Amino acid sequence: MNRAVLLTLQILVAVVTIALWHVATTTTLLGNPKTISFFFGEPILVAERIVSWVQEGSIWYHLGITLTEAALAFAIGSIGGVVIGFWFARRPLLAAVFDPYVKAANALPRVVLAPIFALWLGLGIWSKVALGVTLVFFIVFFNVYQGVKEVSPAVLSNARMLGMNGRQLLRHVYLPSALSWMFSSLHTSVGFAVVGAVVGEYLGSAAGLGYLIHEAESVFDVNGVFAGMVVLTFFVILVDWIVTLVENRLLVWRPKTSAI
Amino acid sequence: MTIAPKHAAGSSGPADSRAVELQGVRIAFPMANGTAYEAVGETNLEVRDREFVAIVGPTGCGKSTLLNATAGLIKPAAGNVRIFGKAHTGINAHAGYLFQQDSLMPWKTAVDNVAIGLEVAGVARREALERAREWLSRVGLAAFADRYPHMLSGGQRKRVGLAQVLIRDPKIILMDEPFGPLDAQTRLIMGDLLLDLWTADQKAVMFVTHDLDEAIGLADRVIIMSAGPASRIIGDYTIPLARPRNMADIKSAPEFHEVHREIWNALKEEVLKGYKQAEKLS
Repeated sequence: MNRAVLLTLQILVAVVTIALWHVATTTTLLGNPKTISFFFGEPILVAERIVSWVQEGSIWYHLGITLTEAALAFAIGSIGGVVIGFWFARRPLLAAVFDPYVKAANALPRVVLAPIFALWLGLGIWSKVALGVTLVFFIVFFNVYQGVKEVSPAVLSNARMLGMNGRQLLRHVYLPSALSWMFSSLHTSVGFAVVGAVVGEYLGSAAGLGYLIHEAESVFDVNGVFAGMVVLTFFVILVDWIVTLVENRLLVWRPKTSAI
Repeated sequence: MTIAPKHAAGSSGPADSRAVELQGVRIAFPMANGTAYEAVGETNLEVRDREFVAIVGPTGCGKSTLLNATAGLIKPAAGNVRIFGKAHTGINAHAGYLFQQDSLMPWKTAVDNVAIGLEVAGVARREALERAREWLSRVGLAAFADRYPHMLSGGQRKRVGLAQVLIRDPKIILMDEPFGPLDAQTRLIMGDLLLDLWTADQKAVMFVTHDLDEAIGLADRVIIMSAGPASRIIGDYTIPLARPRNMADIKSAPEFHEVHREIWNALKEEVLKGYKQAEKLS
């Protein structure tokens, strides 16, 4: 399909959705507009709210907090996942011993940890970072573990025949393989870092997008909730776009498979 | 099976002229049910320095296993591997190995893949890259130096692999059906390239193939192995064809056909045995 046509259709979906939303909340065509706007807010009011946040500048502060939390969660979770993943993959005994515990920890719904982290680390950013870390860590850990395990035996034998010692194998073979697996899960892990931050804020904090949404919700300010959601959506799309750029840069050596 | 003899038959000549000696080598793999599968039965083989030896045998006869033992990638269950007269354990540092499967590092460009063998040996990166580019132009890939392996064709990847092995100037080159996955024309071209490179700088070569034409065209000697399990050497033919050779032309030489017929008669039986064996296992 033509790119321009596709883009037009994509925009059309948004326009139609918002138009329907607007019609439902301002006319009697689809029921009582008062009831509908109580539950769904009104698009114009939502837009006005976002504009006022931007004009006041308060939104940047909250976005900055959420971004900081997500970035820290991603960095700490990734480093931990790479180190432990590597270590486990190279020490099968260790991996075998800890296997049930790793599985159990990964199976636990991480949201239940939020109150504990709040108790341990307070209501500042670190309890949110901790929640994000528990999400990011396992994704990176499993990918790195797989990446080290799945190095092609031919590549490995070849590297050894080329005279590589253990340290050189690590640097030129195992690490690139593990990182390629990690990078291929970048979208998921970055996404989860943001989820950890927002959910943590939602459950108890004094700043951030999650806080903003929670505050609006607690006073039945549905327009505020939707405005927060819209900002969050744009934020996540932006982050995802940056991840795609980074990924294309880091994985140039990979054959292009069908785009997702 | 007897215990490995201390000396292989026919080990004469100065010690340094024998690049590879396999003395009573047996190779076995542990099986899931606890028993051992004997891939290679007692084998004695000698490859002289600068000699091009092709090893031919039916599928699954343990040709590659024998190469892996020479490379030091696997340890024989019995017997000795001697490299230039010295008993050998661990990775064989004198040997370069061109594998059947794709074995380039996919995350490195062609030139980086070729340079890595020098870099890990302590050559400065700039010099390593310079020499790698030289080698890439020698195998006809100067224009492809900065491509990643997935951007190269199968034949081009093999050329990079060849440069990667040869840049380290190994005394012994092991090749495990290196041109197996390529199409017939590319195989001929790669064979000629290999002959040119080998003529320019003669090394001891152990070249495993299932293609008898290729073996006769390339080698000074063709070794025939029997069908597995416990396969062993059942034939050792000197190829009297003059060098320099050309892979396409050589097939029209009458001597080629004579040698080919003689070896094929011995090999045919083993190939059939190999098929029967495979049927029994499946």
